[in-house]
Amino acid sequence: MAPKGMIVIDRNLCKECHLCIQACKQGNIRPGKEFNQKGYRPVESAEGGKCTGCALCGIMCPEVAIEVYRD
Amino acid sequence: MKKIFGRPRSLKPTPTHYCPGCGHSIVHRLVAEVIDEMDMRGTSIGVPPAGCAVLAYFYFDIDMIEAPHGRGPALATGVKRVLPNHLVFSYQGDGDLAAIGTAESFHAANRGENITIIFINNAVYGMTGGQMAPTTILGQKTTTSPPGRTPLLDGYPVQMSEILAQLRGAAYIERCTVNSPPAVMKTKRAIRKAFQYQMDKRGFSMVEVLSPCPTNWKMSAVDACKWIDEVMTKEFPLGVLKDIGAKEAGKEKKS
Repeated sequence: MAPKGMIVIDRNLCKECHLCIQACKQGNIRPGKEFNQKGYRPVESAEGGKCTGCALCGIMCPEVAIEVYRD
Repeated sequence: MKKIFGRPRSLKPTPTHYCPGCGHSIVHRLVAEVIDEMDMRGTSIGVPPAGCAVLAYFYFDIDMIEAPHGRGPALATGVKRVLPNHLVFSYQGDGDLAAIGTAESFHAANRGENITIIFINNAVYGMTGGQMAPTTILGQKTTTSPPGRTPLLDGYPVQMSEILAQLRGAAYIERCTVNSPPAVMKTKRAIRKAFQYQMDKRGFSMVEVLSPCPTNWKMSAVDACKWIDEVMTKEFPLGVLKDIGAKEAGKEKKS
């Protein structure tokens, strides 16, 4: 079954605080390895994950770096 | 797929200067979301403080007037009296509201000024490098209290919300936090209610937000959120400290 939701992470806004990783109940967000312009390693959304579009990651993100889409 | 969460219109698409995991930017977003929901983007005026949030005027897409250190409530009073139909809020930290600006905030609340204060309490002076603030918790290590705050030397943490709740001019005072998604949603409801009280001309309203400061607490952002739950809320209990609306509703029910 295709996931119900989808998140888009703005790589240049993310500051690697990892609050979204704590907020995601599905374990759908993981720490990133590549650096962005500011020297942080932005988080990544796991491909083929089980995103439900609950928007808890977006609610918790201090930088509004996450946009949430849902069917 | 439909977009269900994104940047509110009242918040400019600018990267903030806040540290990773800072509570300031969460509260900025909540205030911007509430202003959008109330459709008051053209008629809102914010008063940023001196402190970490001094550059808040770069981030909000509404009118802002910078106040001298601690004088936010005094400036907001003036703005509100000239423009009584505008939404006027003062955004202050604990060094701003509870230390240098105690007199202004106390008397603004006592006069029942029809303004809202968003009070960010992170228990340290953030911008200047983590010195001890009036709200620093007993035993907490800061750069000016290296062995931890002791009552004999440094006194006790100031509970501003409890103090202001005793004043008759205060209409709505709530203390909340932003360390987890439910807490963030609760804080948003509190801000919404405070703004609504202001627009209904009911008097002074204040929302105190316990906010993580991972850099100056020398923790990771995730640990800072846990520290609020484990330590900070013991000193600063969460909840509604004053709500004249609920009091009136209770009286009506009884009679």
